[in-house]
Amino acid sequence: MSPHKIRLVRLLLILGVVLVWEFYARVFATSSLSAAPSQVLAELWPKVLGEPRVLNAIGVTLIELVVAFVMSVVFGMLIGVLVGLSDVGRRSFYPIVLLLYGIPQAILLPLFVLMFGLGPAGKIAFGFSHGIFPVIVNTIAGMRNVNPLLMHGAAAMGATRFEQLRYVVFPHMVTAVFTGLRLAMTMTLLGVLLAELFVSQGGIGFFTLLYAETFNPSALIALILTLALMAVALNELVRLVEARFSRWKE
Amino acid sequence: MIAQDKLVIRTIQFGMLAAMFGAWYIVTRSGGTLKLFLPAPELVWREMGVLVRSGQLWSALYVTVVSIIKAYAIAAIVGIAVGFAVARSRTLVHLFEPVLSGMFAVPLTMFFPLFVLFFGIGPDSKVAYGATYAFFPIALNTIAAFSNVDDLYLRASRAMGASGWQQFRYVYMPAALPVTLTGLRIGFFICIASVLGGETLAATAGVGRATALAAELMETAKLYAWISFVVCMSVMLNLLALAVETRSERE
Repeated sequence: MSPHKIRLVRLLLILGVVLVWEFYARVFATSSLSAAPSQVLAELWPKVLGEPRVLNAIGVTLIELVVAFVMSVVFGMLIGVLVGLSDVGRRSFYPIVLLLYGIPQAILLPLFVLMFGLGPAGKIAFGFSHGIFPVIVNTIAGMRNVNPLLMHGAAAMGATRFEQLRYVVFPHMVTAVFTGLRLAMTMTLLGVLLAELFVSQGGIGFFTLLYAETFNPSALIALILTLALMAVALNELVRLVEARFSRWKE
Repeated sequence: MIAQDKLVIRTIQFGMLAAMFGAWYIVTRSGGTLKLFLPAPELVWREMGVLVRSGQLWSALYVTVVSIIKAYAIAAIVGIAVGFAVARSRTLVHLFEPVLSGMFAVPLTMFFPLFVLFFGIGPDSKVAYGATYAFFPIALNTIAAFSNVDDLYLRASRAMGASGWQQFRYVYMPAALPVTLTGLRIGFFICIASVLGGETLAATAGVGRATALAAELMETAKLYAWISFVVCMSVMLNLLALAVETRSERE
């Protein structure tokens, strides 16, 4: 099949799922537990997105996410470059980073909230602790992937250590680092949302809890879908930036 | 030369660990309000002993481990089945692969309240949540593994008269195994993390719930004790996975 046809079939497939869901929700399901897509859409505007407090909560989450992501990228790349600079450094610290990365961080969530409080600081810190590891790991991996021949070439032509980093190592790291950034975006969002759901005092966590406990699934699904769309948009944004930074290859 | 390098590396690693524990010990000695957030190491150690002896660890661990096993079994079976079914034809791969990887890019944590709504606050919601989360990497890797089997091998084996089963057993299986195993490993760790995360968010029992409860009651020594157990277990599991991997690479 041609790509166009496949895209069409995929669209029809998704449409079919939505229709089956609509049919199921209308005919079989209990109204307090599930909602038909049409009901979700009806709820989305004006009840959920028209409510200023919900919009405010989404905005706060977005800010937390951006701050946590920027911090992850800055500190992650800094640590990654410092660790990746020397062979001994990499081999000493990389296993430690991998072991820390492997810890299921959800278990640290109560500790983060205890330390940083119920406000945005705790959510940013938890998002940061999720986001920094993929950045470190991929930065180190990227520095390792540079062809030694190019390094020797640059050194032979008199490039200083800094010039070697700037003109040889950094451009070659782009692919690996952006893999890390995309992962970091997903992970930061995961961390921020986990913390948001855990602290249900305000923000998105409050509204999801409110909708779930008052058995209002249409509003709950509407809010979740809004967040999902946000996540997809952010992923695409990182992809666009990556395309911009990879132009030198062409 | 290499042996010497290794010595330096080990020294740095153990030095860091010792420095961390040393700093922890000294900071707690100096007192202050920090004590509330950072109990002394020996207090945490004592609390770990209490949790083991009183049986709290085992009962919480039982709930969590059973949830993880159930969730992982569902994810592995459904993930491999779906992945294999999709990988049968190139059209199906083009059709489903972007949908699945797109869904995996969205943090499924947002859907956790829905899981609680559908499956209740008991372990079932954590099983469903963990299974859903672990399903994606397993299915995606299985698709990648089976759809990348070299056509040449398939044609050659068919030309030599291999039956469908023989083709599966002697061509598909060996070619697809490494990538499928990678998916199973990623899925395993995601499964653990999501079951624990789900328990921390909303549950009545389990390690995650016990940790969250200790934090709510401000029993920080207990909180650190639970965290220490999980950290120890995750480090052991990671080392185990690493050992299995290096072993299978050698073969």
